[in-house]
Amino acid sequence: MAKVIELNKSITESNDRDAQQLREELQEKGVLLINLMSSPGSGKTTLLSRTITDMHREVPIAVLEADIESAVDAEHIEALGASALQVHTDGMCHMDAGMTKRGLEGMDLSGIRIAFLENVGNLICPAEFDTGAHKNVMILSIPEGDDKPLKYPLMFSMADVLLITKIDTKQYFNFDMEQCMERVRHLNPKIEIFPVSAETGEGMKAWEDWLRKSLF
Amino acid sequence: MHELGVVFHVIDNVKEVTKEQGINHVEAVTLQLGTVSSVIPAYLQDCWKWAVGREALMKDCALIIEPIEAITFCEDCKEEYDTIRYGKVCPHCGSEHTYLLQGNEFIIKDITV
Ligand SMILES: Nc1nc2c(ncn2[C@@H]2O[C@H](COP(=O)(O)OP(=O)(O)O)[C@@H](O)[C@H]2O)c(=O)[nH]1
Ligand SMILES: [Mg+2]
Ligand SMILES: [Zn+2]
Repeated sequence: MAKVIELNKSITESNDRDAQQLREELQEKGVLLINLMSSPGSGKTTLLSRTITDMHREVPIAVLEADIESAVDAEHIEALGASALQVHTDGMCHMDAGMTKRGLEGMDLSGIRIAFLENVGNLICPAEFDTGAHKNVMILSIPEGDDKPLKYPLMFSMADVLLITKIDTKQYFNFDMEQCMERVRHLNPKIEIFPVSAETGEGMKAWEDWLRKSLF
Repeated sequence: MHELGVVFHVIDNVKEVTKEQGINHVEAVTLQLGTVSSVIPAYLQDCWKWAVGREALMKDCALIIEPIEAITFCEDCKEEYDTIRYGKVCPHCGSEHTYLLQGNEFIIKDITV
C-alpha cells in the first residue's frame, strides 16, 4: 500500500544549517573563510596569486580550489608558498557547505588566518548556495562588460565585495565604470567595490586593506 | 543550471528521512518549485532520471513538480503583482521598492512510499 509522508522541507535548509555551523567553527579557530566567485577566466586564480604574494608573509593564507576549469590552479598556488587543495566537484556547478567543509578538513589550517574558496567558474549557481563563508567576494573583469549586473543580478545582490579586475585592459573595451558601479549599487547599496589589476597591481592595496580589516 | 546539485540535495534529504523511518523504497517525490527559482523543470527531470538510477532505494522513483507562482509586493502602493510579467518595477505605480513574496522556493513537499 502506498503511503504519503509529508516533509515540507526546504532543500536549501539543511545546507543553510551546515553553512552556519561551518562559519562558527572557523571563526572559533580564527580562520576567515572567503568565497570567491566569478565566470570562468575572470581572474580568480590570478587575483589570489597576487594577493598571496603581497600578503602571505604577514597573513598566512590557504586556498581550496574548486574551479573545474583548471586542475593546475592548486599547484600554481602552492608554488607561491600558500597551502592549497584541489577538490573535485564531479561536474557540479557550485560548491555547497558540505563540500566546502570536507575540503577544508583535508587541509592543515593551523596558523591560517584566511582560507579562500575559489568557487566553480559560474556567475549564477554559486550565488544560490551558502558555502559557510564569512564573506562573499565576486569578480567581474573588464572584458566581460558592464551589463553583467543587469543580466545576472543575484550574485551582485548577495556579494559583500565586488572586484572589477583587469582594469589594465580598459582602453581596449567599451566598459563604463561609473555606470557599472551605479547598476551594482542599485542592486546592493552596501557592497564594497574595488577596481583592480592583478597584472599591474593597481588598486590591490585597497582590497588587501579590506582583507586585513576583516580578519578575526 | 544547477539542476544536478538540486537533485543530489533532494536525494540526500529523502535518504535521511527514509533511514530514520526504516523505509526501503520510495515511489514518488513531490517537489514545490517557485517559478523564479532558476531551476528548469525539464532539466530537473533529466537529472532526476539519471540520479535515481544509481540508488536502489529510489529505483524508478517519479518526480512530481508543483509550480509556485512568483508574486512581488510593492512597498509604496501595497499592491501585489505577477513577477514573471513585470519584474522589479511595480505595474501599478512604477515604484522599484518591491520584494518577492513567493516564487523562489525549492520545497520537498512529500514522498510516496
Ligand atoms: N590583463 C590582465 N589579465 C588578467 C588579469 N587577471 C587575470 N588575467 C588573465 O586572465 C586569464 C584567466 O585568469 P585566471 O586567474 O586563470 O581566471 P579564473 O578562471 O577566474 O581563475 C589569464 O590568462 C590571466 O593571465 C588582470 O588583472 N589583467
Ligand atoms: Mg582558476
Ligand atoms: Zn506600486
